[in-house]
Amino acid sequence: MAKKEIKKNRIPVPERPAEERIKDFNEVKLGYTPELAMEEAKRCIQCPTQPCVEGCPVRVPIPQFIKLIAEGKFVEAARKIKEENILPSICGRVCPQENQCEGVCVVGKIGDPVAIGALEAFAGDYEAKVGIEKPQKDEPTGKKVAVVGSGPGGITCAADLAKLGHSVTIFEALHEPGGVLIYGIPEFRLPNEIVYRELEILKDLGVKIKLNYVIGKTKTLEELREEFDAVFIASGAGLPYMLKIEGLNLNGVYAANEFLTRVNLMGASRFPDYDTPVYVGKKVAVIGGGNTAMDVARTAKRLKGVEEVYIVYRRSEAEMPARVEEVHHAKEEGVIFKTLTNPVKFIGKDGWVVGMECVRMELSEPDESGRRRPVPIEGSNFVLDVDTVVLAIGQGPNPIVMEGVDGLEVGKWGQIVVDPETCKTSLEGVFAGGDVIHGGSTVIQAMGDARKAAAAIHEYLLEK
Amino acid sequence: MYKIVRKQELAENVDEFVIEAPDIARKAKPGQFVIVRISRKGERIPLTIAEKDPEEGTITLMVQRVGKTTFHLSCFEEGHVIPDVVGPLGKPTHIEKWGHVVCVGGGLGLAPIHHIAQGVKEAGNRITTVMGFRSKDLIFWEDKMKAISDRVIVTTNDGSYGMKGLVTDGIQKLIDEGEKIDMVITAGPVPMMKAVAGLTKKYNIPTVASLNPIMVDGTGMCGACRVTVGGEIKFACVDGPEFDAHRVDFDELMNRLRMFKSLEGEALKEFQKKHCGCGRE
Repeated sequence: MAKKEIKKNRIPVPERPAEERIKDFNEVKLGYTPELAMEEAKRCIQCPTQPCVEGCPVRVPIPQFIKLIAEGKFVEAARKIKEENILPSICGRVCPQENQCEGVCVVGKIGDPVAIGALEAFAGDYEAKVGIEKPQKDEPTGKKVAVVGSGPGGITCAADLAKLGHSVTIFEALHEPGGVLIYGIPEFRLPNEIVYRELEILKDLGVKIKLNYVIGKTKTLEELREEFDAVFIASGAGLPYMLKIEGLNLNGVYAANEFLTRVNLMGASRFPDYDTPVYVGKKVAVIGGGNTAMDVARTAKRLKGVEEVYIVYRRSEAEMPARVEEVHHAKEEGVIFKTLTNPVKFIGKDGWVVGMECVRMELSEPDESGRRRPVPIEGSNFVLDVDTVVLAIGQGPNPIVMEGVDGLEVGKWGQIVVDPETCKTSLEGVFAGGDVIHGGSTVIQAMGDARKAAAAIHEYLLEK
Repeated sequence: MYKIVRKQELAENVDEFVIEAPDIARKAKPGQFVIVRISRKGERIPLTIAEKDPEEGTITLMVQRVGKTTFHLSCFEEGHVIPDVVGPLGKPTHIEKWGHVVCVGGGLGLAPIHHIAQGVKEAGNRITTVMGFRSKDLIFWEDKMKAISDRVIVTTNDGSYGMKGLVTDGIQKLIDEGEKIDMVITAGPVPMMKAVAGLTKKYNIPTVASLNPIMVDGTGMCGACRVTVGGEIKFACVDGPEFDAHRVDFDELMNRLRMFKSLEGEALKEFQKKHCGCGRE
C-alpha cells in the first residue's frame, strides 16, 4: 500500500455560537460546505478492512460513499448510502457514531476518526437540494405487510419491504408520522422538516400511513394478523420509569417524554400561538445522564423564563450514557452538571415543586452493567433550589400493542422477545424491533433491527 | 378526518357531538375515551365516549366548554371535520353481574357513566342512577339515563329540580332506605368523586371512579396522567382510567389538574379576543 500522509485533525463542522443558538430551536450544526466536505472526505484512507461498515448496524458502504464525496460526486454519494440506509440526513445527525462507525475508524487510531456522520448528513442534505431520486420498486408480489409505528424502525422496514414489491401499511398512534424523530428529538438537533423530507420516500414507494391508529386498541394485533400476511412491530417506548421518592407527583415534575412531546410535537415553545402549554419555572433540574436528559436540558435552556438548567446524575461524567457531543453542546449552552448527585426527595409548597433534596454519591465496584455502582455518602444531603424537574431515567417498552394477545412471548421488563438474527417473535408472521424489544435504545439500532426483520419477512412471505 | 354528523347543545356550556369514526365505534367499550385534536396548532385533549353506534359508525362525545379547545370545538357545526380522533383508549370498565349497581355521575361525568351503565345493565345488573347538577337548567340526558336505569335520582345543589343536595345525599338516601348496594361506579368532578368515595367507604361498598387527569399522548408514553392509587403510581391511560375509588389519592389528582390552569386561562382569553363571531363569549 502506497504510503500517504494522514491528516490527524478532522475538519470541524461549522456550528452556530452557543449564545446565539440558545435563543431559538433552529439547528445547532450548520453542516459542511461542499469544499469542507471534500477536504474531510479526503482524510479517509480507504482502508481495505473497512471496520466502519462492520460497526454500522445497517452496513452503510462508508468508504465508497466517502470516496465519492472526495471526488465531488455528492449526489452519487447520497445514492450510494441509500443502497443501505434510506435516511442519511437523519442518521448523519442522530446516530451515536463515536460508538459505531467512527469508534472503529482506522484513522481514529492515530488522530480524529473521519467525520462519517457529518459527511453522511452532508450527502443526504445535498441530494435533497438538487432533487431526490425516486426509489426503484420491484413488481407487486400481492403480499400485504402491516407495520406498527412510524418511527425509524417502522420507516426502514416499510421502505425495504415496499421496494421488494410488497404492499405496506403503517399504523401510527399519533397524529403525525415519525415517532421519536418528531416527538422526542428536539429540532435543534434534528429539524422536523428533515424528517418530513426523508419520509417522502415512503410516499414514493406507495406505503400507506394510517395516523391516529393504535394497534392493541383501534385494531388488535390478532386482527392485523388476519388482514395482513406479516406484521412488524416497532411501537417504541412506553411507560416512563419514575423515581420512587416523595413528592414525585407534585406539579412541575415531568417525565422527559411529556416535556419533549409538548415542545417538539405540540409546539409548546410557541404557546399561545400553539395551544399546548408547557410550564417551566426559573430553575430546571433534569434527572439522568443519557441523550434524552441532554435533549431535555437543552430544550429547557431555550424556553422563556428559564434561568438555570441542571443535569443531575448519580454517577460521574465518565459513566454518562449520553453522546460526548451532546454533553459538550449542553455545556457550551450553559447547562450545569451536577454529577455524583442523586435526588432523594422533591420538596413541595402549595402542590408545586420548590426544591429537591439530593445526596452526594461516590463510586464503588462495578455492577452488572459494568459501570461503577454509585453509593450515597452519608450526611451529604443538600437542597437544590429548583422549580421544575424532568425525569429522564428511561422507559419500558410500550405495553398497549401486546394487550390481549395470546402466545406472544414477553420478557420480564415487558419487552417483546425475538430471535436476534431475524427479529421473529413467538407468533407466526410477527416480527418486532427497536425500543419494544430493547427498551430505550438508539435510532440506528431500531433501523438495524428493521432491516434484519425486513429481510426475514421477505423470506417468510416468499415461502408462504 | 372525522366528520361531525350531529351536534346539539345539551345544557349551558355542554355540547354533544356525534362523530363519524367507524373503526373506533366498532371497538369502543364502556369506560374508554378518545383523544381529539381539532386544528393544526391544536392540543390533544381526552374526551370520554358517551355512546357508540357501530352500525352507523359513530361515537358520541360530550364536551364541556372550559378552555380554548373546548370553546373552539363548540364553534364546529354539523358537517365540519375534526382532523384527529384517536381511540378507543384506556381499559374498558371491568363489568360483572354484581346485583344492584349505583351509577353516580356529576355534570359531564354523565358521559362515561352513561356508557358504563349501558354495559352494566347488559350484564344483568339492577341499576340506580344518581345524577347531580348545580341547578335545573344544567340537567341533560335524564331521559337517556331513565331508559337504561331501574331508578333515577336527580339531585340539584339549589333544589331547583329533583332532590336538593349533592349526589352523596342521593346515595345516602338509598342507604337510609335500606337498599343493598353491591357496587358504586362514579364519574364527575374530582371533589365529587372524593366525596362519593368517602361515603361508600364508610359503608364498605366497593366503588370505582373514572378519573380525568391531564393527558398528552394517551398511549402510555408521556406519563402526564400518573395518579397514586393505594400508594402506587398508576398511569390512567393504560392502567385506567378507572380505579378503586377508596385507594385513589384524590387530593393529588386535584392538584395535578391545576398544573396548567393559568396558562390555559391565558389561551382562552386570547382565543375569545379573536373569535366573537361564532356566537360564544
